[in-house]
Amino acid sequence: MLTPLAGTAADWAWLALVFPLVGFLANGALALRAPHAKRAVSVIGVGSVVAAFVVSVAVWFAVARGAPDSPHIVSLWTWIPAGPLRVELALHVDQLSALMLLVVTGVGSLIHLYSVGYMGADPGYARYFSYLNLFVLFMLVLVLGASFPVMFIGWEGVGLCSYLLIGFWYGDRANADAGKKAFIMNRIGDAGFILAMCLLWWQLRSLDYVVAFERADSLAAGGTIVTGATLLLFLGATGKSAQIPLYTWLPDAMAGPTPVSALIHAATMVTAGVYLVARCGVLFALAPLTSAIVAGIGVLTALVAATIALTQWDIKKVLAYSTISQLGYMFLGVGAGAYAAGIFHLTTHAFFKALLFLAAGSVIHALHHAYDATGRHDDPQDMRNMGGLREKLPWTFAVMLVGALALAGAPPFAGFVSKDGILATAFARGHDAPLWYVYWGIGIVTAALTAFYSMRLVRYTFLGANRTGEAERSHLREVPWVMTGPLVLLALLSVVGGALNLPAVLPRPELLARWLEPVTEAAHVPAVHLSHATEWALLGVGAVVALAAIGAAFVWLKPETLSRASQAPPATGIARVSFRGYFVDDLYNRAVVRPCVWLARRVLWRGVDDGVIDGAGVNGSAWIARGFGRIGSWLQTGQLGTYLTVFVLGVILVLWAVR
Amino acid sequence: MMSAFLDAVSYDRWVLHVLLLVPVAGAVAVAIGPARLAKRVALGVALLEFVLSAGLWWAFVPEAGMQFTSTAPWIPAWGIRYSIGLDGISLFMVLLSTLLMPLCVLGSWQYIEQRERAYYALLLLLTTGMIGVFVALDLFLFYVAWELVLIPMYFLIGIWGGGRRLYAAIKFFVYTMLGSVLMLVAILWLYTTVGRETGVYSFDYGHFLVHAPMAGRGGLWLFGAFALAFAIKVPVFPFHTWLPDAHVEAPTAASVLLAAVLLKMGTYGFLRFAVPFFPEIAMAPGVRTVILLLAVVGIVYGALVAMVQPDLKKLVAYSSVSHLGFVMLGIWALNVQGVQGALLVMINHGLSTGALFFLVGMLYERRHSREIAAFGGIARAVPLLAVVFTIVALSSIGLPGTNGFVGEFLVLVGAWAPYPWATAVAVTGVIFAAAYLLWALQRVFLNRLDAPENQQLPDLSLREKLVLLPLVVGIFWIGLYPRPVLDRMEPAARDFVRTTAHRAGAQLTGAAQTRVEP
Repeated sequence: MLTPLAGTAADWAWLALVFPLVGFLANGALALRAPHAKRAVSVIGVGSVVAAFVVSVAVWFAVARGAPDSPHIVSLWTWIPAGPLRVELALHVDQLSALMLLVVTGVGSLIHLYSVGYMGADPGYARYFSYLNLFVLFMLVLVLGASFPVMFIGWEGVGLCSYLLIGFWYGDRANADAGKKAFIMNRIGDAGFILAMCLLWWQLRSLDYVVAFERADSLAAGGTIVTGATLLLFLGATGKSAQIPLYTWLPDAMAGPTPVSALIHAATMVTAGVYLVARCGVLFALAPLTSAIVAGIGVLTALVAATIALTQWDIKKVLAYSTISQLGYMFLGVGAGAYAAGIFHLTTHAFFKALLFLAAGSVIHALHHAYDATGRHDDPQDMRNMGGLREKLPWTFAVMLVGALALAGAPPFAGFVSKDGILATAFARGHDAPLWYVYWGIGIVTAALTAFYSMRLVRYTFLGANRTGEAERSHLREVPWVMTGPLVLLALLSVVGGALNLPAVLPRPELLARWLEPVTEAAHVPAVHLSHATEWALLGVGAVVALAAIGAAFVWLKPETLSRASQAPPATGIARVSFRGYFVDDLYNRAVVRPCVWLARRVLWRGVDDGVIDGAGVNGSAWIARGFGRIGSWLQTGQLGTYLTVFVLGVILVLWAVR
Repeated sequence: MMSAFLDAVSYDRWVLHVLLLVPVAGAVAVAIGPARLAKRVALGVALLEFVLSAGLWWAFVPEAGMQFTSTAPWIPAWGIRYSIGLDGISLFMVLLSTLLMPLCVLGSWQYIEQRERAYYALLLLLTTGMIGVFVALDLFLFYVAWELVLIPMYFLIGIWGGGRRLYAAIKFFVYTMLGSVLMLVAILWLYTTVGRETGVYSFDYGHFLVHAPMAGRGGLWLFGAFALAFAIKVPVFPFHTWLPDAHVEAPTAASVLLAAVLLKMGTYGFLRFAVPFFPEIAMAPGVRTVILLLAVVGIVYGALVAMVQPDLKKLVAYSSVSHLGFVMLGIWALNVQGVQGALLVMINHGLSTGALFFLVGMLYERRHSREIAAFGGIARAVPLLAVVFTIVALSSIGLPGTNGFVGEFLVLVGAWAPYPWATAVAVTGVIFAAAYLLWALQRVFLNRLDAPENQQLPDLSLREKLVLLPLVVGIFWIGLYPRPVLDRMEPAARDFVRTTAHRAGAQLTGAAQTRVEP
């Protein structure tokens, strides 16, 4: 099939996979052989992702120039041929995957660069970069895969890298636990993904996006099959993208190095679920019930996570719950059928949340350094040990402020524009189904909470008096340029990123939506219309809510009353409920994990296996066994020849008897 | 080029005979040769066997059905013939056996210190038995081979096993004997019934295949006898309790072969005999339900019980119960995806679980303990061993990109159409698999390295690397490019599905029938 992209750089999209693959193998070999060759590791680790970025840019230009209506498929080899089921290992180049390529390799490059500084002193430096390169490889497979199974390679692959990197410092049991928890919770979602593939294959007889989506028309709109398939896919998305009910792994995932949290647990991997829904827009558009559930789960997760973020002291936990919350917004968007708006928020969020994590990393790095210098053991991630860092870390403060304002949805930062796009669509849907007004309302409330905790973070960290410690204060200093450089770039993107997709009432509007049109128009989503007046009003509401909550954070919060983490009283009452995340982890432990282990150990193993089958069944007739044993030992002359002779004689005897 | 060479040496005429003969000859040589040469001779014989068998890969013609066939009278008075042949179902079982043998010899290099001659002679004898099981086209020959496997394995466990080796060996023997005696009775019954009806008394496979329906209502009993023998071997829940004991006590190589090859004799038996002889019974709704239930229960049960094992080897043993449940599910899906998936899981389980048992053995040789609690944090001490263990564990978990995924995926896709609910339950097996293997991996390799005796464990030696390398290559090869394997087994799988569905015809109801592919 000749597409406008044949013979262009799009044919070379596979090169974007080769570079990180080579990087992974080379750094993996170095990790085992020469873990101290840090310069080589840095060059390979960062270089491979930058090279992939260059390929991505070339692919993006090819797509921009060719402006294809249908995707360009790059077939590599036939992966799974089994009867009528044929899965090609093929790549899918279109506007959506080209955009995702840019986000993944662009933000990825910056985070790799930052890691050179952040992880420089770690003995596992080479291992770290090999995992990080492997992650980029799988993430690119995820967004480039031309079929569900190929996407699933990336889907589970990024989960593996997440597991490896969360437990990177595996000597500490809590870290290893967190990695395992992430993998298993993701697997619960993945089971849904697998079943969705089974269902879709039998219905559509293809798992290639192009063919499957074409044939999706044959499915009854709103029918059981498409609803079931999309719900199963969404189960996968709730695992990967940390939504209710499978979100509790993400806060624990903060056990990994901070650049990992930025890349995997904020900017890229956790957005895979949003990408999945957008990619399968054709199917989700046929399942209004699923779409409403997607949006509902999304907005509910956004609210719940935001209320938890309000009371966290660990700077990374604030950002982790914030990520869960922002992912909820994205699901509200794609659930509303606003695929472009969802992907837009995914993109801006990748900028400002990566920025926030990396900036938090700089703060942690500085505190860690200070505590190391004085030999005191205190938590370098607890905001109660911070305060007043504005003077010590001016660059970090500036970029973090930008990131926080973007997250808070303060105009004109990127987050303001992209959040507005989602909320506006939800509001417009309310015209037909009032439920969406409720979603919109929750979205607005969450926006206020978001702005509040963003500013709480900035205030407790950078403003007011410093609480790090008398001796430590003099050791606090700004991080090196390899770390601040990427921060500044991300800060710029967080400021201007909104221009990618301005609302219709502004000049040069909806660039991203128009870019994605060839992909999103295949999904027949009922159009939504908003009058200009309403759009302005919604923009105004969003701005006022954000600014009011920011103001409230400055009026209500009293950093001067804080005491250091080690001396602080534990939270009580409702603050404790929020701080402990509504005790959902405890609930899961008591209701699922422990009963499972108890069932397996006491009932199945000790009870059924040892007790019933072996006890009553096998050894209960132990005299038979003993009898056999005696005969066996009597026959056991050790001579195989005798054995065989007796055996053959016996058979012949039986044969004779039967006749 | 390869096939021209094979043609030139008339490879297809002699290969199977030679594959059966070489290990026996090797066993004799090992037994009578000097003790210090025993393992070297055994390694040479095993390598020779592997090289000889490798030609099958090129000489095999997927569309040609049963090939490399040959037959000669053995005990003419009883209609017993020496009939052998190979098709897309048995090809990979033979290759798996011959691939694992040199690795098993290498893996036993230091572990076995007593009675080396007897040990290696039995190992080689076992090879002939295993290959015999997979190539026999005469039921008497098959039964002899089946028992020929049982005997060396009994001794391997009973003599070179761990502390409770006698208990384990006898339990293994009694369990398996119970099944195989029933199978023998079934074979003889079928032999006499068919002989009486047709006037031709023969143990020939083809003869049985055509005339087995003559058993009439007795077919249910006959199927039951075959099924029980094979179900014990697989093992299907609840006939699995010999397995953990046998595995735990067996020496490493015996564990590897037990898991990788001997269990497959059970599923192979279903594919080759039990189902093709009695398709209408095997696929009758009642029987189907029972098998399905046991398969799915096995998947979940095996995984859950594996999760709580304090003994690493026992954990791996229970995981077999889970994986083999997928094979049963795939066979009874009765479509090309399901059966190909089942065949692939049989290979994959051989590679992955074989590798896991090797790895557990290597840990044991270092630490003289299989208790998970004895380890912790040793990735720091043995980084390469940890990397290989992780790769193998991920393959066992079924991570895409490794072999495990392709097999399980095909089984699940295949099983979905006829049995969506059973598939939905089976898929939880992949969640529990992650739970038991990652938990074990964490407690062995991650966490704090605090036990002093674990600080200085040596990493993989060259010999150990050589044992593991082929398995790791296989894991990624089948994971990324399974096509050469799938293409070779597809015609056989299609044939199995078509014949079974056709002959089961009337009894087949619902999706299983409508989903059979043209």
